[in-house]
Amino acid sequence: MRLFFIICLSLITYCATAQVKLLKLDELDKRIANGKDTTYVINFWATWCSPCVAELPNFEKLRLANLKKPVKVLLVSLDFKSKLQKEVIPFVQHNKINAEVFLLNEPDQQQYIERIDKKWSGAIPATLFVNKKARRFYEKEFTETELKNTLFNLK
Amino acid sequence: MKRLILMAFMLISGFAFAQTEGYKVGDVVKDFSLKNVNNKMVALADYKDAKGYIVIFTCNTCPVAKAYQERISALNETYAPKGYPVVAINPNDATAVPDESFQKMQALASEKKFNFPYLLDPNHVVTKQFGATRTPHVFVLNKTDKGNVVEYIGAIDNDPEEANSTKVEYVKNAVNELSIGKKPAIASTKAVGCGIKWKKG
Repeated sequence: MRLFFIICLSLITYCATAQVKLLKLDELDKRIANGKDTTYVINFWATWCSPCVAELPNFEKLRLANLKKPVKVLLVSLDFKSKLQKEVIPFVQHNKINAEVFLLNEPDQQQYIERIDKKWSGAIPATLFVNKKARRFYEKEFTETELKNTLFNLK
Repeated sequence: MKRLILMAFMLISGFAFAQTEGYKVGDVVKDFSLKNVNNKMVALADYKDAKGYIVIFTCNTCPVAKAYQERISALNETYAPKGYPVVAINPNDATAVPDESFQKMQALASEKKFNFPYLLDPNHVVTKQFGATRTPHVFVLNKTDKGNVVEYIGAIDNDPEEANSTKVEYVKNAVNELSIGKKPAIASTKAVGCGIKWKKG
């Protein structure tokens, strides 16, 4: 009986934390490389960034419109790692975000900003459209239409 | 047609970016006079004995800026006696975010015992001159015969969460180098910070 409780409890905590995974850039690169014909729309955001929070629904709409296509929307949070449990996971639950959400697990932002895109100042929101053939980076906010068109025009 | 609209969009957003350009390393800074939390006006020229300045755009609410509050105080403690005082400016607009008000700035400065001026920048005039885009955003200045020259722009260090084992303290290094007559080896860095809360309309 006690064992059952422990299993239940760990299952609950697992489900609660499983929503936001820690992500290294190496893991992201590997996923893109193994993605075959998949285009990844990777949005860099944070719970404290109000324009980021405002545009999140546009990414959800893009995700829903492309469910049957080889398109994946990944939301990569740049919140502090220490805020994962207290702020990021509750935010994701509260806003019922269904896209895959990650928290970037890289200690040196000098390095990761350059690695994601040389032109990036570090300002968010920022979004990377990437597949095996193309890579486009935008340091800006997106409307629903702009997202759709940018994805459509990616070669 | 769709592509045309998209191109027009991109051009417009490109222009929106271009207008926020400010100082670059090597530029001479125009002096300013802004109200401090003690209601007195502060200008760079007030610091007669300064050899330079650590100008930091920071604010009340941004989690990244908050994480750096103590490090900003420590910078002033170390470098003000050596002739490089910290001058902090809040670039945010209180009508956009009420918690960025002058009263809240006063409360924060007294609660955290700020040992440096914390200035209000109404209508973002100085923020736009500098081209600050986020908080915290640092500009290290060197006083010369030509005026106050920008020698470093960027982050305080590469360790906002104090979890990076290969920490590099950019501002400290830049000021140390300037104080012995050298140019900073790293003159600009990038960082994730909170965007500036601009006045609406």
